[in-house]
Amino acid sequence: MSKSSKFLRSFIRVYLPVIFICVITLFPFYWMVLTAFKENRELNDTVMNPFIFNMPPTWEHFEFLFVKTKYATWIVNTLLVSIISTTVSVLVSIMAGYSLGRLRFRGANWLGWAIFVTYLVPPTLLFIPLTEVVSKIDLPLNIWKGDLTPQPILNSIWSLILVYPTFLVPFGTWLLIGYFKGIPRELEESALVDGATRIQAMTKIIVPLALPGLLSVAIFAFTLSWNEFIYALVFISDVETKTVPVGVISELIRGDVFFWGELMAGALLGSVPVAIIYSFFVDYFVSGLTAGAVKG
Amino acid sequence: MTRRDQVPRNRIAEFFDREDVLGYTLLIPVAILLGIFVGYPFIYGVWLALTDTRIADSTSGNFVGLENFERLLFRDSIFIQALKNSFFYTAVTTVFKFVLGLLMAAVLNLKFRGNRYVRSATLLPWIIPTVLSTLAWRWMFDGSFSVFNWMLRQVGIVGPSWLGSWPWPFISIMIVNIWRGMPFFGVSFLAGMQTISQELYEAAMIDGSTAWQRFWYITLPLLRPVIIVVLLLSTILTFADFQIVYALTGGGPANQTHLLATYSYQIGLRGLEIGVGAAISLFLFPVLAVIVFLTLLSLRRDD
Repeated sequence: MSKSSKFLRSFIRVYLPVIFICVITLFPFYWMVLTAFKENRELNDTVMNPFIFNMPPTWEHFEFLFVKTKYATWIVNTLLVSIISTTVSVLVSIMAGYSLGRLRFRGANWLGWAIFVTYLVPPTLLFIPLTEVVSKIDLPLNIWKGDLTPQPILNSIWSLILVYPTFLVPFGTWLLIGYFKGIPRELEESALVDGATRIQAMTKIIVPLALPGLLSVAIFAFTLSWNEFIYALVFISDVETKTVPVGVISELIRGDVFFWGELMAGALLGSVPVAIIYSFFVDYFVSGLTAGAVKG
Repeated sequence: MTRRDQVPRNRIAEFFDREDVLGYTLLIPVAILLGIFVGYPFIYGVWLALTDTRIADSTSGNFVGLENFERLLFRDSIFIQALKNSFFYTAVTTVFKFVLGLLMAAVLNLKFRGNRYVRSATLLPWIIPTVLSTLAWRWMFDGSFSVFNWMLRQVGIVGPSWLGSWPWPFISIMIVNIWRGMPFFGVSFLAGMQTISQELYEAAMIDGSTAWQRFWYITLPLLRPVIIVVLLLSTILTFADFQIVYALTGGGPANQTHLLATYSYQIGLRGLEIGVGAAISLFLFPVLAVIVFLTLLSLRRDD
């Protein structure tokens, strides 16, 4: 077989399907980028080739987001919510995962399954009663200003920070149970013989060894919080308190008129943080994603 | 280890050194969290569904028995449509995601240049906030400026009104769901395929097997545990889906494309009839329960 026909065969059998998959999965993002940088005149034209820039690209949609809308505030809100709820969830998951994965006590197995079941409960099953529950909770939200008066958490980012761990922790615990179980028992036992307490053995030996697992949990939790939609939509009605996904869809769509340039600019910027984190930690992400499926 | 470990232990430290004591103590945070925000709301939701509670109406909140369910099942055609939609949506998209995910995994499992980058890139639809990518689809399905219709127009075809008239809006929703969910299937299957020993394939090749036979008799059976878990997880998430419909059609036109979750939002929170809304989302429960049961069964057997 000649070299060129060999190349042609591998092109058809391998590269063509690969390109096809890439086009299908990535086209909407290409479209998002293209639209975000096109002038309105070009977007409102049905004749010009829409796949390329017919007019010079523009930053006007991004300017609009930061000058005329609360987009910057939404980014800060989303960051705060994601970072705090991720931190809380990782800590709670370490505790629960260590307990269920390494300690032997009555009911441990049963409790592990109970946590797994809550991992399977979709937010849409609970969002209505949960809204009622959250609307009844008052906390001293300005405690850092020395103000101890309890205030309703509904319509503040604290409602999200309190509720997001409910879907982050079950996942994190489940993943960490697997990680903790995989660490040899002897490591811990030799530390105990040397006079360490169990808590010391946990924080100084076992948890550091499970670092890859912790990273998976943290990255996954951050992404899930950043992307969360229904609770943020239902709990928050104040423009200043919204997160990016909710802000874009509820504030940038005004009536029946769609300003696609701004919408796509908002969608693009709102996707960049998770895309960046994802690109740095792909392997942790994939191991987190497939933990449930592959490890079982 | 620091010197601090040598400090003589006191009674409290010894108490917490017992496996059972420490075990239960470490579970207190998760128990409080899940108790307040999962366990209690679930029970409360069942109660709400049995009442006529309305938001901001102090005369409401009376126990009405199964009246909400009766109204939904016998006097609410939109609900029936939403219920049918949920089942249809789940069944159709799951079949597509499964088949396309297998194909995707098979392709990504081949050796080619830039393999690593392609694998990472194809997971993007699953990573990016769903509402935001769905908005991009909404723009691509736009009535006047749809890029698909622009392409069709170049070859002389008048494209459908994607978000306009039945069944196109429902088809559009399913397309977006398949697009978003396929990478999860693909990447999970790929991870499963990579755990299969190459020797099996080599042995089968020596025995003169065809590629199809190797797929059918080696890959598929060994992928079974992964397939089961992925299918079950995806079924739950799809059946309870909210975001794609909310961002693409909002349940319209004429309430034809609602799923249980979006209709429950519309009635319960937009329409203020929170009791009825709670009843609607409870219809997710039987399906969820069956799937949880199947998942536990399959995981236990694998143990």
